[in-house]
Amino acid sequence: MSTQLQEQYGWRIEDLDTDEMILNMGPQHPSTHGVLRIELRTDGEVVRAARPHIGYLHRCFEKHAENVDYPGVIPYTDRMDYVASMGNSLGYALAVEKLMGIEVTPYVQTIRVIMAELQRIASHCIAVGTYGMDIGAFTPFLHLLRDRETILDLFEWTCGARLLYNYNWVGGLSHDVPEGFVRAGRQFLREFDRVTWPELMDLLIGNKIFIKRTAGVGVCPPELAISYDLTGPNLRGSGPARDLRKDVPYSGYENYEFEVPVGKGQFGPVGSCFDRNWVRAIEMKESAKILHQALDRLEKMERADVREKVPKRIKPAKGEVYARSEAPRGQLGYYIVADGAGINPYRVKVKSPCFTAMSIFHVLSRGMMIADIIALIGSLDVVLGEIDR
Amino acid sequence: MTEVGGILQNRFGENLAFTTVDNVVNWCRKSSMWPMTFGLACCAIEMMAAGGTRYDWNRFGMIPRGTPRQSDLMIVAGTVTLKMATRLKRLYEQMPEPKYVISMGSCANNGGPYWRFGYHVLKGVDEVVPVDVYVPGCPPRPEALLYGVMKLQEKIQEDRVFRRKGETLGSLAGASMAAEASS
Amino acid sequence: MDAPALHERIKEQFGDRVLHFEAGAAQPWLVVATDAIAEVCAFAKATPELALDNLMCLSAVDYPKETPPRMEVVYHLYSYTHFHSIVLKVHTPREDAHVPTVEGTYGVANWHEREAYDLFGIAFDGHSDLRRILLPDDWIGHPLRKDWVDPDFYNGMHVKPTQQMADRSMAGEKLGVGPFDVTPPNRHVPGE
Repeated sequence: MSTQLQEQYGWRIEDLDTDEMILNMGPQHPSTHGVLRIELRTDGEVVRAARPHIGYLHRCFEKHAENVDYPGVIPYTDRMDYVASMGNSLGYALAVEKLMGIEVTPYVQTIRVIMAELQRIASHCIAVGTYGMDIGAFTPFLHLLRDRETILDLFEWTCGARLLYNYNWVGGLSHDVPEGFVRAGRQFLREFDRVTWPELMDLLIGNKIFIKRTAGVGVCPPELAISYDLTGPNLRGSGPARDLRKDVPYSGYENYEFEVPVGKGQFGPVGSCFDRNWVRAIEMKESAKILHQALDRLEKMERADVREKVPKRIKPAKGEVYARSEAPRGQLGYYIVADGAGINPYRVKVKSPCFTAMSIFHVLSRGMMIADIIALIGSLDVVLGEIDR
Repeated sequence: MTEVGGILQNRFGENLAFTTVDNVVNWCRKSSMWPMTFGLACCAIEMMAAGGTRYDWNRFGMIPRGTPRQSDLMIVAGTVTLKMATRLKRLYEQMPEPKYVISMGSCANNGGPYWRFGYHVLKGVDEVVPVDVYVPGCPPRPEALLYGVMKLQEKIQEDRVFRRKGETLGSLAGASMAAEASS
Repeated sequence: MDAPALHERIKEQFGDRVLHFEAGAAQPWLVVATDAIAEVCAFAKATPELALDNLMCLSAVDYPKETPPRMEVVYHLYSYTHFHSIVLKVHTPREDAHVPTVEGTYGVANWHEREAYDLFGIAFDGHSDLRRILLPDDWIGHPLRKDWVDPDFYNGMHVKPTQQMADRSMAGEKLGVGPFDVTPPNRHVPGE
């Protein structure tokens, strides 16, 4: 047909203008990991520009933090990154403890590490599982969700809640671990090491279709990642081995031996979607390593009162602090300003890792196809509750 | 379906069953409710767990559909913000009738923990759509959501297929609200 | 380099545009003249011994009760090569606040500044795309300011909670009913 046109009119197919179409991946979408709206300017299947619109889950966390007292902020922090809520409350508790100069006991520190690493495994189960589901692989999602239920059973046994725990308090914890927790934890780890993790690597990470769809897609060079403040697995997938648990250890992480996985670019350029998911999958294994060591430590410790250092009234002196912790999605930062006069914080600003990860989206998504857009959102592992707060 | 038939029940052999149209149609509707995945926030994770292998809602005939055009149940799972509320109403209007709404979680019921200082939070999804069943919890356990679905199934079972003159077709809650409005 | 050394290096370059150094705080901060912040950030990223290549957090804080009443924009900078950090602050007036953008140095500032504009009303000069990010485009006002008052309605939906909503939310506490005191009857069990 093109030769006909060329003969008749002297046109070339390349000179014809194609209309650009504005397509909305609307706030309700099964694959956007929450209420995210992406405005795509597409030329057929190829995306010329993509603009994410957020704010559909803006729940006014910072306004609530100014109007409730310091312990009352903790349930609200849980609900920001609702998939990994132990990490959020840990970050807030660390920030207020830094502000007030409270040192928690090693017993509390060990339990905090155990809960944080269990939560990291559960969060990565959801991240990698839903990512597989977006790509089209439904089975690993069901398997990982089943294995995550065991972790949620442990959490429910300890503090009564499956998803939003209100567990890390300023100066301590809300509940002590029950009798037999170490044994149940070890049983979970046995199943994880023997069944869950090998299945994940076989079914999903080593899957040829998965590799083809993710390697080479959404490549993010390290300088761009640092400039746009990508942290956590997003940054490590691009190369730099930066992990707050190693660089600026908190809560006793210096006592544990573990590696920091980085993206190696086995199937394409370093920093692709595959690398980020690879880092998450290997991180699950490293978390299991930490858990083995932490459970051994916990077993040797005597049971103590986990609320020993919790102050009766939290009223910090005037000052401010910025504290970071390594949440499963990246570096979670809390900037807390205390005015010394009241029992409410003056200002709590949360730097959420997903917010900064989403800010790079319009750069990485140029020239992709629409199916790759889905792959890119999932690989950045965004949770809209944390972006919008 | 056990108390119908009246005088004709069990009169004939096992290969003949008597029932009413209401019963059959309501049984079909309640046994294959297809929810539109409207997971907004934390409750969405519990809804996903309800669809997972431990609490499996597929055995009740519920298959999640991504589009409102092919679904008849909207489970509003999570906080509805003012920015999202217009889109929620539009999606509700795109669902074909009969349609049902379950409000899952305390945020969808009445604004939840954000009711007091949440300037951008809709204080309850019933400000924009009519709701059939409210499931409390923050987040409700998957079993609580399934209990809410059971309650909705009871409600559907009592519905009438042929309505009296003046009653409208549509969602159960919407129908009763319309009847109240016009009376 | 620790905070006083970083302060010395920046002061060496910018002289009296560095207005104040709060050395006594646990995380010391520099107050920089508002029109100098973009240059200070560019200098901080480009100089090899500072190499502050990462903007950890950009926050806006509202201080209406200080003398003079002001809003602050706080920049937390970090270096991935030297692993040191510093805090920069700029003061702006509460009404009609203008701060130069640091988007050219740190790409992430694009979104952080949009959020500060959205919730506080601080305008960032030179920003490529200054519009609201979290709230709807037709929202009036900047909610995180300390003088924010909830309007009654937004497009027909309640914003300020009514007394009825307050009663419904606190109903259980008022009646003295605990969470598990009332169980609805189970219609699948005969007799209930």
